[in-house]
Amino acid sequence: MEDYQEQEYEFLRRLDEERLDRRKLLKRGLAAGAGLTILSLPEAALAARAKALANPPLHGKDMTLADLVKAAKKEGKLNVIALPHDWANYGEIISTFKKKYGLAMDEANPQGSSSEENQAIRSLKGDSRAPDVVDDSPAFAIAGANEGLFAKYFNTKFKTIPRSMKDGRGFWVGDYWGAISFGVNTAVVQNVPKTWADLMKPDYRNKVALNGSPLTSGSAVAGVFAAALANGGSISNVEPGIEFFAKLKQVGNFIPIQANPQTIASGQTPIVIDWDYLNLAYIKEFPSAKIKVVVPSSGAYGAYYCQAINADAPHPFAARLWQEFLYSDQGQLLWLKGGSHPALFNDLAKRKVIPKALLAALPSASSYANVKFAGPSQQTKAKALIASEWPTKVGS
Amino acid sequence: MGTAPFFLYAFLFLLLPAGQVTVGAFENQKGDFTFHNIAQLFHQPNRHYFENSIEISLVTAILGGILGLVIAYAAIREGTPRWVRSTLTTFSGVAANFAGVPLAFAFVATLGVLGVVTAFLKNQLGIDLYGPGIGFSLFTKTGVEIVYLYFQIPLMILVIAPAIDGLKREWREAASSLGASAFQFWWHVGIRILMPSLLGAIVLLFGNAFSAYATAYALTGGGVGLVPVVIGFYLNGNVLSDPHLGQALAFGMFVVLAAMMLIYVPLQRISSRWQR
Repeated sequence: MEDYQEQEYEFLRRLDEERLDRRKLLKRGLAAGAGLTILSLPEAALAARAKALANPPLHGKDMTLADLVKAAKKEGKLNVIALPHDWANYGEIISTFKKKYGLAMDEANPQGSSSEENQAIRSLKGDSRAPDVVDDSPAFAIAGANEGLFAKYFNTKFKTIPRSMKDGRGFWVGDYWGAISFGVNTAVVQNVPKTWADLMKPDYRNKVALNGSPLTSGSAVAGVFAAALANGGSISNVEPGIEFFAKLKQVGNFIPIQANPQTIASGQTPIVIDWDYLNLAYIKEFPSAKIKVVVPSSGAYGAYYCQAINADAPHPFAARLWQEFLYSDQGQLLWLKGGSHPALFNDLAKRKVIPKALLAALPSASSYANVKFAGPSQQTKAKALIASEWPTKVGS
Repeated sequence: MGTAPFFLYAFLFLLLPAGQVTVGAFENQKGDFTFHNIAQLFHQPNRHYFENSIEISLVTAILGGILGLVIAYAAIREGTPRWVRSTLTTFSGVAANFAGVPLAFAFVATLGVLGVVTAFLKNQLGIDLYGPGIGFSLFTKTGVEIVYLYFQIPLMILVIAPAIDGLKREWREAASSLGASAFQFWWHVGIRILMPSLLGAIVLLFGNAFSAYATAYALTGGGVGLVPVVIGFYLNGNVLSDPHLGQALAFGMFVVLAAMMLIYVPLQRISSRWQR
């Protein structure tokens, strides 16, 4: 499956280059025949340009940014869905985008799930309120692409995005990733746990929580994956992760409360197993909780989200402008500021465009060295196992 | 003709949605007919969800029913000042509708790990509710039952009060003048008169707890697997996405409620025989 995608990607890339070559050739040919065609050329060129502008581009470089901005401004608006302002710095990303391009944004259902995002594309088809862009988890991005919900778009940075984090056909691109971390409220717990085994200590009785039940929350599933990696499991075998939580519950340390900003601030969930970017955001949000974020070196599990554009987007140009903005250095650094690792992180680091203060605020790069990602089939397998075993082993 | 609005209402808001759920329960993702979803209900973990839901509903219905009856009787019977009753019914009217997220929050703030009551017991009396000795937790089945009782008892009080009013003072006087003890009066007269209403009220409480969603969800985030919460997971979760299995679970709930009615109707008939 993956090889097949790689091949397809290679093919598309070559096709892309070929097209460029052909364009170059055409230009040369035109130059040679300039003497003859000089009168008709501007008209033809103008017509071609007008045609290119009428349809949203397939490639980011098919259109200049200025033209894209102009077309987006004509649409005047961008519809987004399921972007909580305290999630991965989306609050600042949205306000910066609005200010920079003078576009209005309609934010629907901020707490929505990936499944609800795809459902909104389906049920609002043809409606002006339909979401233009979605930020899906990979499973739903793949399902949505196969269902024909998304438009193909190769943004200008497409080639720089790591291969494992994009769809070769151009239906979606990975946007940011995070790793599972412990967010510790040190106002309640002085002794910060460093490893998964530490969580079993009697000091942490009734103190360890997940972000929801893994039967409904993707971050909680990730917590199970990470626990599995740390306890002899692998991304294709999460059984040890389920056993870990069963034992954690048995010793009385696990509390089945869904951690949210309120429980974290109040200290009701003093140790939260959740994405690093969420836990890092709480440091600033709740200074009195004195939150420390640890990415456990054993059992580092990461996951990325995916940007996709609605195939029937009511504002197709604004949708593409949004993606160009997100993959610009400015957009990428805004994500990093929220504690998540943007898709182009390695490229940014190589070009040394990341401010030092921003890097210093993150857990050390070495904690992320062994981070593992699960593919869609491993996800499906893990979820099926969790769905059948979690309720009786860990739930009540 | 006067009943037309009722039938229209029942059709649009009861029969139509229920019919759709029933049809959906027998379909697969492609829309073909299948028994697979229904068969799933008898397997783990779905069976476990039904056991949990039925257990919690039965416990809170019976316990809530008994406690509600006793409290209502104490407030209504001869000799209790009039204001007690009006205060109790007003309070019950409010408390019976106090459910969902606010109720869950109220309990977390009092009996949660850091709740006011928990902290008081721990700091002032040295009783650590959540400690290894007692091992209490609000976020378990017991916790959910305690929280449900908060609205089940007042609902029982409201529903049973008119029936208690129906217990005439003369009957009691007649019984005692014939030499009956209090126990004999209750056993041969009181309970028998109250039984039809008592059964009806308990069935109502059962349904009330069985279908409650927001309270349990807000309290445990799905840690205690109850059928309505799990249906929510299947319909809009990030993890389990299988709307037809959700509909099959909903269909299973219809069956449980129908079974409740099948037990209730003959019991009701037997217990109200004396009325005819």
